[in-house]
Amino acid sequence: MTDVLEVTLRSVSVLAAFLVLPLLVGQAEHKVMAHMQGRLGPMYAGGFHGWAQLVADGVKFVQKEDITPAAADRRVFRFAPAVALVPYLVAMAVIPLSPDLVAADAPASALFVLATTAVGILGTLMAGWASANKYSLLGAMRSAAQLLSYELPLVLAVASVCLAAGSLSLGGIAQAWSPWWLIWQLPGALVFLVAAVAELQRPPFDMPVADAEIVFGAYTEYTGLRFAFFLLAEYAGIVVMSLLFAVLYLGGWQGPFSDQLGWLWTLLKGLVIAVVIIWLRVAWPRLREDQLQHLAWIVLVPLALAQLALTGVWVVVSA
Amino acid sequence: MSHAATWAFRVRVAAAAATSRHVPAQVARLPRVSPYVVVAAVVLVGLLLFVAAMGARALLAPKAPTRAKLTTYESGVDPVGQGWAQTQIRYFVYAFLYVIFAVDAVYLFPWALVIRSTGLGAASLVEIGVFIGILLIGLAHAARRGLLRWF
Repeated sequence: MTDVLEVTLRSVSVLAAFLVLPLLVGQAEHKVMAHMQGRLGPMYAGGFHGWAQLVADGVKFVQKEDITPAAADRRVFRFAPAVALVPYLVAMAVIPLSPDLVAADAPASALFVLATTAVGILGTLMAGWASANKYSLLGAMRSAAQLLSYELPLVLAVASVCLAAGSLSLGGIAQAWSPWWLIWQLPGALVFLVAAVAELQRPPFDMPVADAEIVFGAYTEYTGLRFAFFLLAEYAGIVVMSLLFAVLYLGGWQGPFSDQLGWLWTLLKGLVIAVVIIWLRVAWPRLREDQLQHLAWIVLVPLALAQLALTGVWVVVSA
Repeated sequence: MSHAATWAFRVRVAAAAATSRHVPAQVARLPRVSPYVVVAAVVLVGLLLFVAAMGARALLAPKAPTRAKLTTYESGVDPVGQGWAQTQIRYFVYAFLYVIFAVDAVYLFPWALVIRSTGLGAASLVEIGVFIGILLIGLAHAARRGLLRWF
């Protein structure tokens, strides 16, 4: 009985974090982007600086008509948003905020997170193919190409961190972290950040949804709540990747008073990375498809392999 | 029963690992419930969220389909031909390269756990170096032959 209670408590906590953190990042994006562009952003909903804007958006989305095009592959089309969304929820479950504050302390959680986040892209592919729309199909093709190219540097960068820590668990990695990693693992950290933004299909890597070229890519035919779920998946993805960066490269909960405030450090470091990801959207124009592939295979993969070699040699020499 | 047995085994393994020199002691502090039960519960919660949200939408949203509304969107004109068009798959080569390197990456993760052991460290470093070196030659060859160009 207590086991059931514990599992329920843990999974509901993950759900609560999943429903709150992406909205925080979304609101941060509204305001940070606005101020970077000399605007105010949302100011009315909820009264204080438009804090309830995204809640209002959710209420609006749920009241909108849900349209499935007549030509679409109906069942795949309707299920795709769940496939895009749930993997990020699962990934969030294994990311530790502090040594004790983790919903599911899986032994090889670094590997597990990589595996689950890679499933999310299937939702985009399903959406693009099932829509039976030319824009959607083009968007899905671009998504597939992008995933193929950027998954690899991401995995190699994480492998290097695992090597440096001698552990496959996110908790173990953050425990093994020392400030020296900020220099030693810097190339890998940059590769990870770039590849993560590309995996999330955020600008400057938003070729798959390039609104000036292919309407909205794989999500063109979606309306109402199903469309909102794809958006939620994107912001949940930012949360997952930012927290992952904080745990892998910034030591997670390590900082002053980490015994009591460890979870706060992880969240703050993650928030800083999330703001950087938002900043990239404001600062950089979209890459062209061939530039995208070039960057991945000619720059990121060799850089990640060089980082791997550096880590391996250093670990063996210093052992 | 078998699940409980495997979990007990994992706890023993983790406890044994924690006493060894290189694995942080934090690994040994396992929760009472298997983390994978929690993961399964989270998957279930996620699906429930989707179903509940769709239920709420079914209750709240209007439903008035018309022919025009259900037509495939093609920038406001009537759709031409089929949506499932054949396209030239330019990333075929990238897919091949990805599969090769992804398989390679799978071997890197177990390596992270043995690189610090005294007998294997240097030898495994050289072996992985040879392994990745061969793949790199392949990548360089592909790049030289122009396979990494999109056009």
